[in-house]
Amino acid sequence: MNSVLTKPANFFTRTFHAKTAFRALSNRVLTGLCILFSFLTLVPLFSIIYLVFKNGLPLISWDLFTKLPPAAGRIGGGFGNAIIGTAIMVGIALVLAVPLGILSAIYINEYAPSSRLSAGVRFVAKMLTGIPSIICGVFAFAVVVVHTQFSAFAGGVALSVLILPTILLTAEQALLGVPRAYREASYGLGAPNYQTIWKIVLPEALPAIMTGIMLAVARAAGETAPILFTALFNQFWIKSIWQPSASLSVLIYNFSMLPYPYQVKMAWAASLVLVILVTFTNVLAQIAFRKKN
Amino acid sequence: MTIITLGLIAGEILKEAWPAIQKFGLKFVYGASWNPNRQIYGVLPFLIGTMMSSLIALLIAFPLGVSIAIFLSEDFLPSGIRQTIRFVVELLAAIPSVVYGLWGIFVIIPLVQQYGGLLDKHLGFIPFFKGPVFGNSLLTASIVLSLMVLPTITAISRNAFVATPKTLREGAYALGATRWEAIFGVIFPAAAPGVVAATILAFGRAMGETMAVAMLIGNSPRLTWSLLSPSGTLAGLLANQFAEAEGMQISALMYAALLLVILTLGVNMIGELVLRYTQRRTAGIQ
Repeated sequence: MNSVLTKPANFFTRTFHAKTAFRALSNRVLTGLCILFSFLTLVPLFSIIYLVFKNGLPLISWDLFTKLPPAAGRIGGGFGNAIIGTAIMVGIALVLAVPLGILSAIYINEYAPSSRLSAGVRFVAKMLTGIPSIICGVFAFAVVVVHTQFSAFAGGVALSVLILPTILLTAEQALLGVPRAYREASYGLGAPNYQTIWKIVLPEALPAIMTGIMLAVARAAGETAPILFTALFNQFWIKSIWQPSASLSVLIYNFSMLPYPYQVKMAWAASLVLVILVTFTNVLAQIAFRKKN
Repeated sequence: MTIITLGLIAGEILKEAWPAIQKFGLKFVYGASWNPNRQIYGVLPFLIGTMMSSLIALLIAFPLGVSIAIFLSEDFLPSGIRQTIRFVVELLAAIPSVVYGLWGIFVIIPLVQQYGGLLDKHLGFIPFFKGPVFGNSLLTASIVLSLMVLPTITAISRNAFVATPKTLREGAYALGATRWEAIFGVIFPAAAPGVVAATILAFGRAMGETMAVAMLIGNSPRLTWSLLSPSGTLAGLLANQFAEAEGMQISALMYAALLLVILTLGVNMIGELVLRYTQRRTAGIQ
């Protein structure tokens, strides 16, 4: 009787111990794997940053920012025209998209927050953020290039479509962040709707809206696909916005395919400029965002 | 105003694509040959290339992305290190697509050229790994793509993990579950719809990604099943041919763009709906 009782109990404790040991072990192994995978992801990122600095940094000089690209196979020169071109196209995009984005955000958040139209706008804006950037280029091609020609303006239009939803959605979040009490106090003092928005809500939301615009600039400056076949490229300085224009990103694309080592180096240098620009604006935006919270 | 923009995009592309739609109809979708010189336009190879490169990218990015998301939502390491890694992953999203392409040309292409032969030698009996090995190949493009969609998967799945109610985890621990039993048994099932949404949205991003893929995939219009040979994607096709296209070719490219819009919008809409469903489902539980 005794032996019958102890045997299963013994069996039970032994398997219990083995099981706990296995559970503890598998727990450790999985934790290790998880941490390993996480650090594994850092490898390509560091590789990108390292190569961009290693290949790009030696070329950085005053000439690089002020001179024209060298002819095929030649050495020297810079990408001043590409920097100007990128700046002009991002500028055009901002002029087109910022007023439109902010006005839409004001409408859907202040005037008709729960109407069907606002819900529709929100949904469409979300969908637009998911549209491939090259489609913005196809759109600008159909609307501008087909009727005129390849130009910096067409590139700007493409980029404006790209950044519009970002600006709209961040501006909406910014407006949402303004406390209700501010609006009620303003109404209480007898201010009409437009005055409340213009004098109270907008100034309060401005830092957060600026964050959104900065992120949009960073994104637009790095994009290639929308301007590849709208602004094309230009070996020379741009004379008007109705001409094809160079840009940093298309320069990287074009020069990376060339068989000349110096041109490839210039592609790396242009990457360095872009990566620094993008990282800088992102960090700045993050800091501004954290301060707000 | 925004609705008008989307309407305009669809309308203009449709208008420009109309001649091609009328001329080729559905044959455009399953036609296997793209030859502007002979006015033959079929996008099947590019359609398959788009799907395959995105799927393989997801296959690589999913385990990595989800484990980073778990890592970021658990307390394995102090919060400072986790914040840094989170920032670094966000930085991956900010790097321009062309820079990925440039990096791929000088890092991943040599790697594939060097080790692709091993795949062919040992797994060559599977059609996916049949040689000859090219540097500019589906595999190269997919590897770089996987890096580019990683931030999407990580960010959205992390939100899903963080949003699982604390009581669920505490309940699992109270029943004596180890950390990973709690993760696999309780937290992961609760967060699963969010992870699914993350994966779908990442798939949408991968399909539309243009520059890095155009620089790495070889842009071949030939239908192929091997990961080691050049292929093409819809977005890459647009990037390569628009600048020099004229007449019917423009129209055909617009048709291809329309297909790409329909595909990505469809995928994104499904992802967005799954995400909404997730948020609604977890909204009630504390």
